[in-house]
Amino acid sequence: MPLEPQPDPALPAGEPDEGFPSAPPASGAEGHSPWYLAYRRLRRNRIALASLALFILIVVFVLAAPLWANHVADTGPNTTHTTEKVSVDGEKREVVSVEGKPIGPLWFGAGGKFFLGADGGLGRDEMVRLMYGGRTSLFIGLTSALITTILATILGLLAGYFRGWTDGVISRTMDVIWSFPVVLLGIALGTALALGGLKIGPIEMAGNSIWIPILIIAVVYTPYMARPIRGEVLALREKEFVEAAVAQGAGSLRVMFAELLPNLWSTIIVFFTLNIANNMLLEASLSFLGAGVQPPNSSWGKMVSTGVESIYTSPLLAFAPGVMILLTVLSLNVFGDGLRDALDPKSKIRLEAHAGLAEPEGTAA
Amino acid sequence: MARFVARRLAGMVLVLFVVSLLVFAIFNVIPNSDPAQRMAGKNAEPILVKSIEEDWGFDEPLPVQYWSMMEKVFSGELISYGDELNVDERILEGIPATFSLCIGAAVIWLFFGILFGYLSATRAGGWLDRALTVGSVAGISIPVFLIAAVLLYLFTYKIELFPASGYVPLLDDPLQWAYHLILPWFTLAVLNIGFYSRVLRSNMLDVMREDYVRTARAKGLDERRVLIRHVLRNSLIPVITLFGLDFGATIGGGAIITEAIFSLGGVGQYAADSITNLDLPPLMAITLFGAFFVVFFNAVTDVVYAYLDPRIRLGSSAQ
Repeated sequence: MPLEPQPDPALPAGEPDEGFPSAPPASGAEGHSPWYLAYRRLRRNRIALASLALFILIVVFVLAAPLWANHVADTGPNTTHTTEKVSVDGEKREVVSVEGKPIGPLWFGAGGKFFLGADGGLGRDEMVRLMYGGRTSLFIGLTSALITTILATILGLLAGYFRGWTDGVISRTMDVIWSFPVVLLGIALGTALALGGLKIGPIEMAGNSIWIPILIIAVVYTPYMARPIRGEVLALREKEFVEAAVAQGAGSLRVMFAELLPNLWSTIIVFFTLNIANNMLLEASLSFLGAGVQPPNSSWGKMVSTGVESIYTSPLLAFAPGVMILLTVLSLNVFGDGLRDALDPKSKIRLEAHAGLAEPEGTAA
Repeated sequence: MARFVARRLAGMVLVLFVVSLLVFAIFNVIPNSDPAQRMAGKNAEPILVKSIEEDWGFDEPLPVQYWSMMEKVFSGELISYGDELNVDERILEGIPATFSLCIGAAVIWLFFGILFGYLSATRAGGWLDRALTVGSVAGISIPVFLIAAVLLYLFTYKIELFPASGYVPLLDDPLQWAYHLILPWFTLAVLNIGFYSRVLRSNMLDVMREDYVRTARAKGLDERRVLIRHVLRNSLIPVITLFGLDFGATIGGGAIITEAIFSLGGVGQYAADSITNLDLPPLMAITLFGAFFVVFFNAVTDVVYAYLDPRIRLGSSAQ
């Protein structure tokens, strides 16, 4: 007889791991997390990586605004130089000519001063304004995209998980926002709030606060992301792991945020990237029309709108900020596209998330 | 089908009612400022503010205020405070220009969107596909006003080929009408050309994997016939849906920037001018006008889609 006692098959095994082959092998492709696999796919996508590099470069460019302003251009974004002269290669030239024409781009002719010329009758340094304006544009794009993403995720989770009247209320509210042309809703809110400011409880905003366009843009784009998230949650909540969690006694909050949310991450990340691009474009449109960023703040969209007035004499004043918007949005769109391919090659989220629903739902009533 | 249309129309009326409530709220109820003051604009005389207050009855209860606002809009008595002109008349005057711009742009974006999408999908992976893919991403990333600025600079200044602004009514002179609208049409169409060619490309690539396409090839149809009759036709159904929604959104407010830059004098330019003057009554009316077109084309699209795809109308009338 063996000295060691045989384990009683009726008793629960002390170390169940020993006998079960369920633990994955430590090496080999099957053992990598989906995140690592996505990272590997993304690393192979050169165009997406180049876009990311371009976006980072733009961020560094606008972050360097104070450096350039203080050490190279020696002026601020709102400092006027109407009656001053600048020496270009030893020759004195007026920043704004007698006829009111601003000086053109000097590149490094004056040691970096008026690199892109002056911005019009006031003679402000266009390069410095471009860098500071970009800070506003990017800041609004990033913050509003973050708010859109958080709002849409929470609303999508609630509507998709609870269904019934919660879904009814949320979805119908989204339908109403959806019924407005995006730019017009932005304009309506933008002009109404720019005049009087906003006061919700303890939070108070002046009419020219940049948080007003941030909030408007965030809200206007929320339905476009909340609806796809809701759809995904509706499908996910029928899966076995949700049933298992409920059987273990998990409450609604835990199911939504600990079970469902981790499955939504790849969608959320892709949408966030594309939201920044779309939100920046909307900010540019609103600011161009005068319903977005209010003076004394400036942004790329606002700079184009003043630049267009002198398009024939100084085209650079409209083209420079316009091209900056294009490059930023393009880099985000291409990177977002690559991110989607890497995270979920079968995904149906499209770059054109802003255009709304891909299939109609006869559910307005 | 008739029941479906009726249901959809009833839904449309309901949505429009809620939309009008929201518009009322945005312009009249948003807290922290006197609505009369806001309507009168930035540096208004106290007398004007007082008269607006009486005119609009801002001391009345909210439902009464809502009713009087809607009454003003629909009876054509709404007066702007900037130039004291009738708002409804001004919108009606602008409609021909806005429609000319939007319909022309829609024809252009549909034509090039479908052409590029078809070429891209049928040559997937080739150099033409790659070039078109890059072009379409650029098309959806470029701000409208940058396209307008570049076109203006190149074609009205560097090469004086087209007029920079103005609208000539179609019935006055059809040639001048088109000549004045060419640049605005392309400006407005670029975004959707990029968008539609991407959507069509990916739809076509999906459809090409369907069994019935293999069947069509197996029974010996030539490739062109397979691609056009079987693949393209079925890939266009989602595009039609998108078109309905986008067309409504374009008429309803998507053309504002284009109209403003090319001074076409349409509804969109009226909106842009009203923002500059911070004149709220026109913006209120134009927002209602825009929402009407979005909701209307939404409903039309659903009906057309239900006609094309019976599963939808059967599914919803079974409820």
